[in-house]
Amino acid sequence: MQKKLFLGLIRSRRGIIGISILAFLLALTAIAILVVPFDSYKLWNDPDYWINNPKTASPFWTGYFGSKEFEHVSLDQYDAKTSSEVSEGIKVSNFIFDVNIQSDDFPDDFMFLHSVKYNEVPPVLQIDITRPDNNTFTVYYSSLPTANNLNNTFTDRIFSTNNNIKESLSQYQSVFSFPISGFEPPVLLFADTNKPQVLHGTYHISQKFFLFDNSSRIDKVGVILGGKVFGIMGTDDLRRDLFIGIIWGIPIALFIGLTVSIFSISIGLIYGVVSGYRGKKTDEGMMRINDIFYAFPTLILLILLSITFGRSIFLIILILMTFGWMGTAKVIRSIALQMRNFQYVEAAKLMGQSDMKVIFKHIIPQLLPLTFASVAISVPGAILAEAALSFIGLGDPTLPTWGQMLHDANTADAASRGIWWWIIPPGLMIALTGLAFFLIGNSLDAIANPLRKQNKKI
Amino acid sequence: MGLGKTLLFRSINMFLVLFSTILITVILLGPTLDKLLVDAVRNQVIDEVNQGTLKFQNPEERSSYINNQIQFRSKTLGLDQDSFNPSKLIHRVVSVMTLDLGKSHFFTSDFGSSNVRDIIIEKVPKTLLLFTTATILVTIIGIFLGAYVAGKEGSWWDKFNSLIAIFSNSFPSWWVAMIMILVFAFTLHIFPARATPLSSPSDPNYIFDLLYHMTLPLITLVIVSFGSWAYIVRYFLINILNEDFIYAKRTMGISKRKILYSHALRNAGPPVATAVGLGLASSFGGSIITEAVFDWPGMGKLFYDAIGLLDIPIIIGLTYVGTLIFLVTIFITDIAYSLLDPRVKGS
Repeated sequence: MQKKLFLGLIRSRRGIIGISILAFLLALTAIAILVVPFDSYKLWNDPDYWINNPKTASPFWTGYFGSKEFEHVSLDQYDAKTSSEVSEGIKVSNFIFDVNIQSDDFPDDFMFLHSVKYNEVPPVLQIDITRPDNNTFTVYYSSLPTANNLNNTFTDRIFSTNNNIKESLSQYQSVFSFPISGFEPPVLLFADTNKPQVLHGTYHISQKFFLFDNSSRIDKVGVILGGKVFGIMGTDDLRRDLFIGIIWGIPIALFIGLTVSIFSISIGLIYGVVSGYRGKKTDEGMMRINDIFYAFPTLILLILLSITFGRSIFLIILILMTFGWMGTAKVIRSIALQMRNFQYVEAAKLMGQSDMKVIFKHIIPQLLPLTFASVAISVPGAILAEAALSFIGLGDPTLPTWGQMLHDANTADAASRGIWWWIIPPGLMIALTGLAFFLIGNSLDAIANPLRKQNKKI
Repeated sequence: MGLGKTLLFRSINMFLVLFSTILITVILLGPTLDKLLVDAVRNQVIDEVNQGTLKFQNPEERSSYINNQIQFRSKTLGLDQDSFNPSKLIHRVVSVMTLDLGKSHFFTSDFGSSNVRDIIIEKVPKTLLLFTTATILVTIIGIFLGAYVAGKEGSWWDKFNSLIAIFSNSFPSWWVAMIMILVFAFTLHIFPARATPLSSPSDPNYIFDLLYHMTLPLITLVIVSFGSWAYIVRYFLINILNEDFIYAKRTMGISKRKILYSHALRNAGPPVATAVGLGLASSFGGSIITEAVFDWPGMGKLFYDAIGLLDIPIIIGLTYVGTLIFLVTIFITDIAYSLLDPRVKGS
């Protein structure tokens, strides 16, 4: 029977499509595990982890339509040309980053990062930018804060909103032929001197550290120009790479869907068989209980339980299992009612086998193919339920689930702000995963379900 | 089972479910509610002491007075008892079931009352308006589309309809809602993104404003469910079309069209009515998310906001009213089924 089931599955077109989608999702998960750093999963909600990404940037391929958007630039010390010289006891370390800008659009913002180790005398940092038109702007000149203790390591980011930068740039009015007071630093730095448009070409950004003692050391240097486009699926308000979130969402969704459906269908199977096989008073009582469970407003109960017991993924799975077995129990019971009178079951009974043995050895094995179909069919429901719960804000906040992403999007008003790349992919993934299991379950059901009417015309 | 006995069983069942839902709710939320109430009492006492004329010798005397007052008032409110004390639980369940729902901490009704009952009663018609209208529209579209494709089984239209049904089952409806806002409110600017009307409820034009804001949620609800409705109707119809009495009618020379729209559709009535009822009942439950996405000022939106602010009296009140509406809808559906289908009475 199992073999027939498998053959039927790969012979039906629906089954093939379902299996292909599932295989595609599993392949993506495998790639994620091999290629994407695991920290991105654990630190999904840690803003520090994502700080080098641009904020609310659209996917990179949107730049191919219409105007050329600024693509995100993130450089660290290994991308820099390094030089250092010592004169009069002062060591000067210079890091030069070359950035070629060809977009029609200015960067959203920029950041200069550094991490420096020093003793009593704080180093001085000077940032210069030499532009394609050979103007050099000194953007920033300041000493780092005084060290509190020896071997102090100081890490900081200088943002484009820094007042120091704004003041430095205001000295360069003479270079521009238009009034610069209304423009922000990310525009001025990269603007043509005649009109507020992007000056194309290569920019040399130099970060020069003046170090006053020998033990000082520069650990990290970096430049980030915040783009309007980033990655395959863009970023959200917290600068998280949505593509990574989407990818990590797959194993979580599969885990939730399969666990919930396997357990709840098993409960339903045993409950239904016992009820149908025993019949009479037992059946009557068990079906009453089933009716009561059936009438419970499940979503409301889910909400109440999550409010009370916290928001762990395992709890959500447990709750979904508790309220997911009633439909299966009803169907299985009606089949078991008929099977009770089958000759081989009656024979087993006459041989003096116990009820338990008859149920588990003779009835349930016959129902397994149908059970497989039911498991597959009920996976989408479980995934949808978890997504709905997360969407209301009662999901497990530590995990990058698709529902959680959509919750964040809705909280940030993504729809009315037009941030489509935050909304469309998670929903499509939920639907795609659901579709895969639905198709597989549907084609299994067509083979296994004895109650399914044989249509005369098909 | 006769109709009377069925009704009796159903009523008992309904009452049991209602009672146990409220009992579970009260058990689950009781400790949180007690904690919030004690906090409220403490704030009240401290406010009174700060603004009152009582003079204290030293801080210790002041704090002991406050503690005594808190204990005294907690006792009169029954807050000193354990949250799971049976008599307290029963008392709470009874007061919830008699709609004595207490006061909300964060919400007020349109007319300024913070009584939970007033707030909820104001929201019920809006939820019923949106979801009943949607269900009626979807049912009409579903029946006609379903009958149409059932008559053309296996055609391109039939396959297309099955495809829509499969897809609308896979997509979360609230996600479709977000997409609709993205398209119709953000990109095309046809409908407002927020469905809460801007005019005040006492304004005579309020009802028109409300209906205008209802359009986008309504369209969305219809779009997400008409496909699977048509599929259900088609399923029932095709089963009936394969029955012997239909073949008999065909041989009598009655046209296929007449058989489909009058004989078959009439026989599909009871199961379709059941499906409509169950769909309506569960759509009220799903209203929490749909209303939250559209900002539609009904019970679901209130529930969503109350969860965010942990306003327990509102949550308990809405659980009760929501469950009641859900169960009554199922109950009516059951009765309708028994009345429509002659076979139920006999068996």
